Amino acid sequence: MSRDDGRAPRPALRADGGDRAGDEGYDEWLAAVAAGEAHYLACPEGHGWLPPRRICPRCGSTDLTETPLPDRGEIETFTVVHVAGPRFVDDAPYVTAVASFGPVRVTGVLRGVDPAAVDGDSTDPARIEPGLAVELDVGETATTGERVVVLRPAER
Amino acid sequence: MTTVRVAGVGLTHFGSHPDRTGRDLFAEAALSAGEDAGVPREDVDELTYGNFMGSIAERQGHQAPLMAEAAGLACPATRYEEACASAGVAVRQAVRLVRSGEADVVLAGGMERMTNLGTEGVTEGLAIAADELYEVRAGITFPGAYALMARAYFDAFGGSREDLAHVAVKNHANAVPNEYAQYQREISVETAMESPPVAEPLHLYDACPITDGAAALVLVSEEYAREHDLDAPVAVAGSGQGGDALALSDREHLARTPAATRAAEEAYADAAVDPDDVDVAEVHDCFTIAEVMALESLGFYEPGEGIGAARRGETTADGDRPVNLSGGLKAKGHPVGATGASQLVELTRLLRGDHPNSDRVQDARVGVAHNAGGTVASAVVHVLEVVA
Repeated sequence: MSRDDGRAPRPALRADGGDRAGDEGYDEWLAAVAAGEAHYLACPEGHGWLPPRRICPRCGSTDLTETPLPDRGEIETFTVVHVAGPRFVDDAPYVTAVASFGPVRVTGVLRGVDPAAVDGDSTDPARIEPGLAVELDVGETATTGERVVVLRPAER
Repeated sequence: MTTVRVAGVGLTHFGSHPDRTGRDLFAEAALSAGEDAGVPREDVDELTYGNFMGSIAERQGHQAPLMAEAAGLACPATRYEEACASAGVAVRQAVRLVRSGEADVVLAGGMERMTNLGTEGVTEGLAIAADELYEVRAGITFPGAYALMARAYFDAFGGSREDLAHVAVKNHANAVPNEYAQYQREISVETAMESPPVAEPLHLYDACPITDGAAALVLVSEEYAREHDLDAPVAVAGSGQGGDALALSDREHLARTPAATRAAEEAYADAAVDPDDVDVAEVHDCFTIAEVMALESLGFYEPGEGIGAARRGETTADGDRPVNLSGGLKAKGHPVGATGASQLVELTRLLRGDHPNSDRVQDARVGVAHNAGGTVASAVVHVLEVVA
């Protein structure tokens, strides 16, 4: 997308100070999460999305409003990843989870939980983690130091 | 509107061929399909070609004209990319070309070269089918994404790893007589259960292998088949395609695949058949849980009921409606950009009676192929019917 919309160029947001071009919208969202000001885009019908987005895919509205994300989400599903791609190879095993924060879901790496202690095979509701309350954060991967969306068990 | 006939089909062996070039793999499948069809190469009006990650695996973009050239064709060629549904989409476009009257003969197919990348490279390559910003950067791999769906399925409907193991056991058993299959060997439920985890709850035997291979079909109009006295008893009676949000997190339900449901509904309506009319199916079992969700999207089972189908013996070779008699992606192999076409090759042979497993479905007249991209953000369903 061109920057000829009158807005000032934004400073590079990469944690490693690299000169790779950024991903406008996503970078700002990640910075907001790191600052404890996570938000999502809400349409008038109440559908929620993560940026960048100009149109609600569900109802077509272009009236998307930046709205604070609820402080706490709930894990809906998770997996313990043992075979990772090159960008996560030193992070494995790790837990990736999808958490519901009201009208929007966020996928992140679950930290603050020992992956070895998570029984990702069990189908016993008492032994698995869906429903676990989590908070959103930004961390770094062990493999490359890239920033990564992190979910942490919420403090009671 | 003309009826589209399958005039010929061709495959390479599916397996580990790390030193074979993509162009050579596709040429082999195309030559085989041409010979099976008995159609002269100069009659081919167009090539529709599926490929997913050739720009990574072979650093080769612009593959369609290269593949037409390799197949000895001097005709327009277009590559279709829809992740694991690339070849399904390519066949669908070929069907549209013939139906519209723009072409009498189309070569449709696909190719993927994968094993030269190694497991880590393939894991990274396949991940590009997911949402880079919000999934891949959060550690989602291709097996990881299906593991998230499997977990969500278990929570919503019940089921267990053992149910999934029965899907793997069934598909491995089906692959035994299939000379094109990567794994022509049976496995036990215990072997599957005890295999190492890839992305819990999915283990090694829940996952399709990494595969090199190509597939091709010669599709012709009914008129062309008649004028040239072709033996083409199978018709593409229905075609449908559906789409969904790319990221799993943006879907309404984490354990259902509505894109495939929509594709199936469109294909059934197109062919004027119901799910009950389907005698045999090839479905996209990139992971065991994917076969379960496919059975439900195809209307064979209600949501939550597909999980036990293999265990109950309903989808096995001697069941009421055999599924993946080829061995499926699971045991036959999954060269991503070729799979959608290879399913239709297998189904055509099953219906014609020249497949090693044809005797399992002797009176079959209607077959369905279900091909999915990524975590089913795209899906293509075709209905084949014996008409002559």
